[in-house]
Amino acid sequence: MARKTHVTTTINGEETQFLCEPRNTLLEVLRDDLDLTGSKEGCGNGNCGACSVILNGRVVDSCLVLAVETEGADVQTIEGVATPEGLHPLQQKFLEHAALQCGICTPGFIVAAKALLDREPNPSEERIRLWLAGNLCRCTGYDKIIRAVMDAAETMETA
Amino acid sequence: MYDFEYATPTTVDEAVSILAENGEDARILAGGTDIIAQLKENRRVKVLVDVKKIQETTALSYHSAAGLSVGAAVPCCEAYETEEIAAAYPGLTDAMTLIGSIQIQSRATITGNLCNSSPAADSIPAMIALGAVAKIVGPNGEREVAVDSFCTGPGQNVLENGEFVLSVHFPAPAANSGGFFLRFIPRNEMDIAVANAAAYVVLNDAKTHFESARLAVGAVAPTPLLIEEAGSLLAGKEIDDDIIQQAADLAKGQANPITDMRGTVEQRIHLAGVLSKRAINGAVQRAKES
Repeated sequence: MARKTHVTTTINGEETQFLCEPRNTLLEVLRDDLDLTGSKEGCGNGNCGACSVILNGRVVDSCLVLAVETEGADVQTIEGVATPEGLHPLQQKFLEHAALQCGICTPGFIVAAKALLDREPNPSEERIRLWLAGNLCRCTGYDKIIRAVMDAAETMETA
Repeated sequence: MYDFEYATPTTVDEAVSILAENGEDARILAGGTDIIAQLKENRRVKVLVDVKKIQETTALSYHSAAGLSVGAAVPCCEAYETEEIAAAYPGLTDAMTLIGSIQIQSRATITGNLCNSSPAADSIPAMIALGAVAKIVGPNGEREVAVDSFCTGPGQNVLENGEFVLSVHFPAPAANSGGFFLRFIPRNEMDIAVANAAAYVVLNDAKTHFESARLAVGAVAPTPLLIEEAGSLLAGKEIDDDIIQQAADLAKGQANPITDMRGTVEQRIHLAGVLSKRAINGAVQRAKES
């Protein structure tokens, strides 16, 4: 068996160290070793976006990233979105707009939407729909999600 | 996933020696959007060679005279987010912004798309139309292969033992030129092409005639195809629907597709013509606006 590798990375602003095999994905390490179970495994092959995290400022599917690749990287997961002061506006607006039912896709949507708003504070509806095309929801439907993101963007702009 | 070793060479020579030593048992990791998905489907690899620590693979440069150079590890979004690149190579940008989702574009590279050598790859026809050249490194040093000659069959290419693609180079866009790429998929986003097409045209100063043109189609043959005869036909001709239709018909004539879950032979041949016409028209429109 390949030797385990010692990886040092920054997760949600905190330096984090873990041991992993080369074949472990970032998603596996987050969930199984670091108890950060907010990122979900949906398809496991980069189609559904449930495992979205922000890696060095870009939103990626953590099921298609090897944990060993994250040496020295900056990783933001859903666990880092809220602050001790309260929910992120995206989380608050998802609640207000009832933009979730079963909730499995929700962390991925919020992380992906945050990656967009971090870059583009005032995106058009079309831009949001295109950006979130890599996040699948099988129960709520997309309109409530898009409205929640648009409302969050507006709230953040006026805040 | 089956077990494998992970290597992070920091120089080209180091990467080449690992690849040469392990042959087919070694595979390259750049963006990982194909290879990690394949490993999850139980593909066996002895050593995965992550090339992202090699400085040359992360280089991205564009000069209006020298053209564009895209390192093997540069993700699609980094290339198209660079405004001058998106403006100079709109046909390539069309393709890069269509490959998978934003999550995929954050990691996927055009070199990976090229080396995966799928007949339906979206960026390959765009690269062919632009006359892109792959810079290959290996045990015998460097060599350059035009992207239009790179793929040799589905999933197969000219890379030999110990070789890998270090970067892809694009000539500077000519004056009065335009590029365009499009594909047909049965939904709006996030799918694999039933067929695709790319065109790059250079017009005369009055923008009434073609000076030169390159047309490429994908997913209609074992490899993406350059339709050389279309370029020869269009060169020097006045821009009109009839001559563009004739060029598109040449693409139809060279299409040699299969029937699979995405489409039939008949549909793909038809699409090769329709998409070629639209690609040329799109490229002409952009050249006129340039």
